[in-house]
Amino acid sequence: MSALRGGRLIEVAFWLVPLAAFLLLPGYLMLGSQILIVALFALSLDLILGYAGIVSLGHAAFFGLGAYAAGLLAAKGWGEPLSGLLAGGVIAALAGFVASFLVVRGEDLARLMVTLGIGLLLYEAANRAAFLTGGVDGLSGVAMGKIFGVFAFDIGGKTAYLYSFAVLLLVFIFLKRLTSSPFGLSLRGIRENPARMPAIGSPVRARLVTAYTIGAAIAGIAGALLAQTTQFVGLDSLGFNRSAELLIMLVLGGTGRLYGAIVGAAVFMIAQDYLSGVNPVYWQFWLGLLLVVFVFFARGGILGAVEAAAKRLGRSSQERAR
Amino acid sequence: MSAALRTAGLSKRFGGLSAVSDVSLEIPQGARHALIGPNGAGKTTLINLLTGVLEPSAGDVFLGGERITALPQHLRVKKGLTRTFQINTLFPGLTVLESVVLAILERKGLAARWMRPVSSHRAEIGEATELLATFKLDRDAQRRTAELAYGRQRLVEIALALATRPKILLLDEPAAGIPSSESVEVLGVIAALPADVTVLFIEHDMGLVFRFAERITVLVAGRVLMEGTPEEVARNDEVKAVYLGREAHG
Ligand SMILES: Nc1ncnc2c1ncn2[C@@H]1O[C@H](COP(=O)(O)OP(=O)(O)O)[C@@H](O)[C@H]1O
Ligand SMILES: [Mg+2]
Repeated sequence: MSALRGGRLIEVAFWLVPLAAFLLLPGYLMLGSQILIVALFALSLDLILGYAGIVSLGHAAFFGLGAYAAGLLAAKGWGEPLSGLLAGGVIAALAGFVASFLVVRGEDLARLMVTLGIGLLLYEAANRAAFLTGGVDGLSGVAMGKIFGVFAFDIGGKTAYLYSFAVLLLVFIFLKRLTSSPFGLSLRGIRENPARMPAIGSPVRARLVTAYTIGAAIAGIAGALLAQTTQFVGLDSLGFNRSAELLIMLVLGGTGRLYGAIVGAAVFMIAQDYLSGVNPVYWQFWLGLLLVVFVFFARGGILGAVEAAAKRLGRSSQERAR
Repeated sequence: MSAALRTAGLSKRFGGLSAVSDVSLEIPQGARHALIGPNGAGKTTLINLLTGVLEPSAGDVFLGGERITALPQHLRVKKGLTRTFQINTLFPGLTVLESVVLAILERKGLAARWMRPVSSHRAEIGEATELLATFKLDRDAQRRTAELAYGRQRLVEIALALATRPKILLLDEPAAGIPSSESVEVLGVIAALPADVTVLFIEHDMGLVFRFAERITVLVAGRVLMEGTPEEVARNDEVKAVYLGREAHG
């Protein structure tokens, strides 16, 4: 019981960190917004990979779709942010639903290839459709209206930061609910043993289609958020690099925990910002090293390591009490 | 009255190998029926055909008169046909309780819901806890399945199947890997299932087979060698030569 309340306290404290950063680090709001958005994106991958066990190397496809949907809407004169966000989510959800039928069938390797293929396909399509997307130059002229008709996006990035924070928090609460529900348990069941699930009467395909569609929708919302807050959409928003980095962040933070996605995104992006400022070559080197270390010595990522340490601490304090 | 479970000319070929050939079984409701045969006889393959894990090369499966040959696995479970696996097929990272609750939620059609947390599903958790108690698994309920010893995991394997409340239960060597003292107990729980539940079980321990089976089908090289009461099977010379003989030597 008290452990539960302790857990709640830690959660509240966790969410106070980005708010504290808003107040204390006004010079870093741009980076901060990016972290919040990428954290949202990482959450979407955590649902499909961390919970449902679907590996993906092309998740940026949905991020990019959402970004272009919201960006194009605004560029063509519809600058209302919330409906743009919704549009990004819906477009990505539709694409995710269609793609899911290809993805859900195969084994891991087939899934990697299919998701990779979908990502490359969309990238090339966006590249060719330069008349619409701006091609390699990117989509500019994204003019955003005010949130609720009141809060305009400011140069300092305050609105963008708080907007991103609010969306991240809302989606997080939704995912928390989803993953602790029977549906969430069934996704973990599929991840743990897809062969047993049908033998207890579970329609595995249908569950995975649902999960994949939701994951795509959230990725789309994250993409739309990036388009709206930076008022620009580049081809890299649906590039392979983004998908691969996302996977790295999630593994780094720890899969199947939600918080791992957020911590992984934050650590990754802060380290990238710092180290690539020092020397871009070093960044790749340290990233590579970190990855190998984590995969071999801390399978649960940063959060997994923290949990294990907390458990060990709890056990030794229990023993001391005895 | 139609049989609870029936097959007609059921066959499965793996390339050039006939793992199951022209098997026609008829299992009445409430039966305690054993399926025996040497290793590689095709017993597991037959269960895979019955449950829809594998598609037959020829023949049909009927459940209470309804042809279910093309029905997907999970829908057969919904119709009351459940199996266990010869090799533990569990959810290593879920706790034992979570696993059984999941099976119960699936049975009740609640497993696609997302508004309420699992922890507020008191009725399902209560039912799972009771089921685990019948296998003396209550003290392991909160442990991850992977942390249990193999023999105890074997009990989870069976508890998961029972959580679906099967009308027909197919058990693939349920006692394999359990100390023989406990295996009597396990089969006891199964034998004590309501009389209208049909049980088909594969078992190598002849003591257990003769103790719990009312009828026995002997499978050799994918074909039904004979079917009869335990006494008939024990008396049969062919069975002695092909199966019991080999068992005694090997
Ligand atoms: N998926 C499969 N692919 C190819 N051969 C298989 C497969 N499953 C089983 N077999 C073969 O079919 C035969 C019957 O196997 P099985 O049904 O497992 O026997 P039993 O359960 O009676 O020991 C064996 O020769 C086995 O090697
Ligand atoms: Mg077998």
